[in-house]
Amino acid sequence: MIRMQVQHPLQSAEGIMDLEIDLQIPGQQLLGLYGPSGAGKTTILRTLAGLFQPQEGKIIVDGQVWLDTAQKIWLKPQARKIGYLFQDYALFPNMTVERNLKFALSPNQGQSRVDELLEMMEIGDLRQQYPQRLSGGQRQRVALARALVQEPQILLLDEPFTALDSALRRRLQTFMLEIHQQLQLTTILVTHDENDLYKMADQVLRLESGKVIDQGKPEQILPSFSTKIIGQIKAIQKVEDGFSVLLVVEGKEMELSLSKLPNWSLGDRVEIGNF
Amino acid sequence: MINFQPLLLTFQLALVTTFILCFLGIPLAYWLAYSRYRWKAVIEALVSMPLVLPPTVLGFYLLIAFSPNNGFGGWLEEVLGIRLLFSFEGLVVASVIYSLPFMVQPIQSGFNHLAPSLKEASYLLGKSRWQTLWYVLLPNIRPSLLTGIVLSFAHTIGEFGVVLMIGGNIPGLTRVASIAVYDEVEALNYTAANAYSLILFVITFLILLSVYLVNGRRVKTWTT
Repeated sequence: MIRMQVQHPLQSAEGIMDLEIDLQIPGQQLLGLYGPSGAGKTTILRTLAGLFQPQEGKIIVDGQVWLDTAQKIWLKPQARKIGYLFQDYALFPNMTVERNLKFALSPNQGQSRVDELLEMMEIGDLRQQYPQRLSGGQRQRVALARALVQEPQILLLDEPFTALDSALRRRLQTFMLEIHQQLQLTTILVTHDENDLYKMADQVLRLESGKVIDQGKPEQILPSFSTKIIGQIKAIQKVEDGFSVLLVVEGKEMELSLSKLPNWSLGDRVEIGNF
Repeated sequence: MINFQPLLLTFQLALVTTFILCFLGIPLAYWLAYSRYRWKAVIEALVSMPLVLPPTVLGFYLLIAFSPNNGFGGWLEEVLGIRLLFSFEGLVVASVIYSLPFMVQPIQSGFNHLAPSLKEASYLLGKSRWQTLWYVLLPNIRPSLLTGIVLSFAHTIGEFGVVLMIGGNIPGLTRVASIAVYDEVEALNYTAANAYSLILFVITFLILLSVYLVNGRRVKTWTT
């Protein structure tokens, strides 16, 4: 269980806004933080990880105080048991995949933990590769493996799928959800993609200008999926594991990944959602 | 036949200075890159002063400071028994100050160009600041380290004004190659002056060339 109360003035495009958060996250839940850029989503993750010190706040994780500004308590990031997946993955360029993972070992862990994770993430073949040589999806799995080496109970995912194409995105969503369930983690996922939340989240918090404005299950929170969505097909492309369809929905472009292509052709107006 | 002593002395000075600067420059660059101290800009400006200040100005103040007749110089001589004026040790101290920005600036900029997430990721993996610096940050700014080391070395070789002010022209002690060139020209001994100059010219060129070659290749291998 994570209990988090934070208050901090944040600089945003519209001027100063106050980040005011009061959260309670039950163990083993996958919580999605959703909202526009600059709403404070990443700041919440960074605060929890100890990478950011808010003006006022209190964080209690499973009874242990990580932050209490009133009592001047602040636990270093090193002492917080957290797995953090950075948006840019933050793999160390000077180390091979295996060394990246080995570096993460705590003194009482052995090489077997590294082997176990390499296998679990299906990246055993990449052991000797340097991160620069890997594709986006491979980097992400290496970064996830590294974040899990020390067996954290909490996993923080900061826009993990942003840099990936939609087919890969769907595969890794499934993969990450499995890891979350298998290791019984408490996971917080920051995203501005509704698709991620539908697929993965138990609960969604919708943030705007530093405040939670809505909270609930994905289907209750995400409005755009509550009606019929009609799009016009602009392009169809064959990709690795299916088809990628480019649609124009209400003047905006969106990409749809499909494993099978229905009887669609260019210029058709089709229904792509009915929730 | 020219006397090689000034050349040897020059390289000795450059070597010792660069060695000391490694220990001084890396922590200072680290601090300048990551600290959020309010008066950091003041320190930054001071470190960079030797880049723009005439060497004679720096030499003049060091001359005053090192003089046994003044507070600091007197204290050094009385308490520690060290005299920095007209001595090799004095040249080393002066060169360290004079070449400091050449070590600090490339390394600082190397740190600044690293993604902040590398340091943060290391912290979150439970690694201390020291482990992070040693295993993550420094290995990833190798080209900057090399640049800092080589520039400090080369810049110390090229020193003239500061040395003249506080070291004078004592053979075997403070007469470095740049001073020897000046000295030979004064004596209208152009052949010797040319020999010293040519050697300095070729060596510094080769040093700089090797840095650009090595760094250029490294950048290529890292980005492909």
